[in-house]
Amino acid sequence: MEKRVVFRSAWLPYALLAPQIAITIIFFFWPAFQAGYFSFLLQDAFGLKTEFVGLQNFVELFNDEHYLKSFKITAHFSALVAFSGIAISLLLATMADRVLRGALAYKTLLIWPYAVAPAVAGVLWAFLFAPSIGVFTYALKQFGVDWNWALQGDQAMLLVVIASVWKQVSYNFLFFLAGLQSIPKSLIEAAAIDGASPLRRFWTVVFPLLSPVTFFLLVVNIVYAFFDTFGVIDATTEGGPAGATQILVYKVYHDGVKAGDLGGSSAQSVVLMAIVIALTVAQFRFIERKVQY
Amino acid sequence: MVENRPWLTVLAHATLIAGIAAIAFPLYLTFVASTLTLNEIVEVPMPLLPGGQFWENYSRVLTAGTAFGAKAPVGRMLLNSLVVALVISIGKIAISIIASFAIVYFRFPLRSFFFWMIFVTLMLPVEVRIIPTFKVVSDLGMLNSYTGLTLPLIASATATFLFRQFFMTIPDELAEAARMDGAGPLRFFWDVVVPLSKTSIAALFVIQFIYGWNQYLWPLLITTDESMYTTVIGIKRMIPGGDAATEWNLVMATAMLAMLPPALVVVLMQKWFVKGLVEQEK
Repeated sequence: MEKRVVFRSAWLPYALLAPQIAITIIFFFWPAFQAGYFSFLLQDAFGLKTEFVGLQNFVELFNDEHYLKSFKITAHFSALVAFSGIAISLLLATMADRVLRGALAYKTLLIWPYAVAPAVAGVLWAFLFAPSIGVFTYALKQFGVDWNWALQGDQAMLLVVIASVWKQVSYNFLFFLAGLQSIPKSLIEAAAIDGASPLRRFWTVVFPLLSPVTFFLLVVNIVYAFFDTFGVIDATTEGGPAGATQILVYKVYHDGVKAGDLGGSSAQSVVLMAIVIALTVAQFRFIERKVQY
Repeated sequence: MVENRPWLTVLAHATLIAGIAAIAFPLYLTFVASTLTLNEIVEVPMPLLPGGQFWENYSRVLTAGTAFGAKAPVGRMLLNSLVVALVISIGKIAISIIASFAIVYFRFPLRSFFFWMIFVTLMLPVEVRIIPTFKVVSDLGMLNSYTGLTLPLIASATATFLFRQFFMTIPDELAEAARMDGAGPLRFFWDVVVPLSKTSIAALFVIQFIYGWNQYLWPLLITTDESMYTTVIGIKRMIPGGDAATEWNLVMATAMLAMLPPALVVVLMQKWFVKGLVEQEK
């Protein structure tokens, strides 16, 4: 797609692009290049000497059981966040699409968590589930559940999943609602006239038509779980207990900033970049295909 | 609605109300906790109705911070968050709109090269290049400054795409007419393109304001000076960890203050926000 009518100037377009390109080079390309470069270096304990070690950082990384465990945890975490977030918001959006009265009020009351910072969402849920004083902890105790996420890995994982999903539901909800409202009513009516029940209509007509939105949200939610949940985790479990909630991006931060392992952390950054690139390509491939329809 | 099924309508309302209740409950409890004394909170279970400490807690955090955690007043943090959110959102819109204008309305060597250069930044979120970016910013002497907090986050591929897409829908006749009347590209930009882009600008503003306000990892890395904390960082710093007691009533008051401005922006600018969000991803 190109414009037929254009302006001519030898310098103006460059001047207009300059700020964006300058920031991109200084804060995106240069650091990304350095991350790549650092990943081939090994620094001694005092930071006095660095030597070129080739792929050794990567080899060590993939032989490190902590790193492999972190991979597994990330997969587990993002599957839980993406799946439950999508399921809950699809349910709410389907219901919101059905009601006529109070639709705007429902929508308004459901979208505000989008505005909450992940770190704040983490603090809120950590407070509700606080081992000694939390309201939910107290309620669970009445049912005989011993709740202490500071000690038990599964519970810590559950806590960060709940906080992450809570924040993301509103985003998914808006996309599903927009998707549902763009489905032609005549299709649903035709199915209803043929005698299909609401549930059957949902699974055979509505859900297949929503599949592009669902796929898009799946990618977005995985990206969200991979990167944006850093705040949730840092504000609650800090990757603990015993690394039970240490997702990849938290490990990059922990190893690089807290433990000062420059080479190892950079190698992890490079691996993460590869994952983001794969996810972005998947997303765009899919969008291209949708455009051809 | 296709057919009238009363029980289904009831079910729909019931599900929505249950969903809203589940989503709002943490917020309600946060508010309750922010109106209690610390003693009331640590006495398990804490009361589920608001207490009488509203003014005490809020005025305390706004002016003085906590005793055991961060001592910086939250008033200052709110100001920092506001500056950061405004600079990021306005800065992003400004540099993206001119960049897309150049890409759409000019033909020049390296055009698609620049376009792709902006495009690939989508694939480099700040989280994956933490340490080198930190190093660049520290070499430039931007630690603990508004410039350091905002500038690295201002480049945005998504905003550039959104504007590009929108510009493609502006009829060519407008540019032709402008050229015939002797208007240069900048005149055309100010008098035609910017007024037409108002809705896109509003939508982007909401999304980027929230993005800026909610930044966490980046300010966490580059602010060591308490007076440069943003509100979100401040909350984390108020929870000392270890044996020192967390003053939950003050933390929760700060959390309320941290959520209020972005939530207001979303609710008040709902129309533009929804439009911008859903269209951004198309």
